[in-house]
Amino acid sequence: MYLSVEKHKNNLLVQFKGELDHHTTETVRQKIDQQYFDQRLKNIILDLRGLTFMDSSGIGLIMGRYKNCLEKNGSVSIISDSSYVDKILRMSGLLKIVNVYPTIEAAIENL
Amino acid sequence: MEKNYMKLEFLSKSSNESFARVVVAAFASQLDPTLEELSDIKTAVSEAVTNAIIHGYEYREGIVIVESKITGEEIEIIVEDKGIGISNIEKAREPFYTSKPNLERSGMGFTVMETFMDSLEIESIKGEGTIVRMRKKFKSLLDKE
Repeated sequence: MYLSVEKHKNNLLVQFKGELDHHTTETVRQKIDQQYFDQRLKNIILDLRGLTFMDSSGIGLIMGRYKNCLEKNGSVSIISDSSYVDKILRMSGLLKIVNVYPTIEAAIENL
Repeated sequence: MEKNYMKLEFLSKSSNESFARVVVAAFASQLDPTLEELSDIKTAVSEAVTNAIIHGYEYREGIVIVESKITGEEIEIIVEDKGIGISNIEKAREPFYTSKPNLERSGMGFTVMETFMDSLEIESIKGEGTIVRMRKKFKSLLDKE
């Protein structure tokens, strides 16, 4: 799993490349939370377009970040263009609390 | 398709989650599944193996057994552990229920298996282990009939 975590104003932009499962979520979670809390950011944008696999561990990861953002009055946005990822997001009910956008620009515009 | 069978045993390490799902997907590919069907299988196997590691063995060292059978148009996948067992299977199957809320698990494992496969059976004996049996028919095969 390759992860890029960047600060954009008061947003944290996280870009994934590879497979998101129980094995890889542990380090991903630590990296995201460290940047988010250390830099006192508000929103998190998760770009899932580089994922080749995601199971329910990804749902847990997104839910956890959603709770953290809620405490800081922020939000979580997802960038996805895969019907497979969308299927899991839909099943989990996450689409009711998290917005999905086709591009990073669209997500930032709507923050 | 003729009958076929395979059995895989590996240590309950999280790095083996991807190993297990890739092996089962490779075995299933002889049935000419669609990419979506292959993704469904990989995800279901990943959920079952992750459950065995986190819940069955609670991160202790143990052996996870994955078997797969091809019978006609159907693939059957069995994931077994000799861990602590599930005390309440009905509860465990409920969406969003997790016995380990501190781990930030979504509680969606069995729901994902149920949704992505045609059938899901869980057998568990406390203190002895858990067997998860899943079946799926591939559309590509049905079309050939």
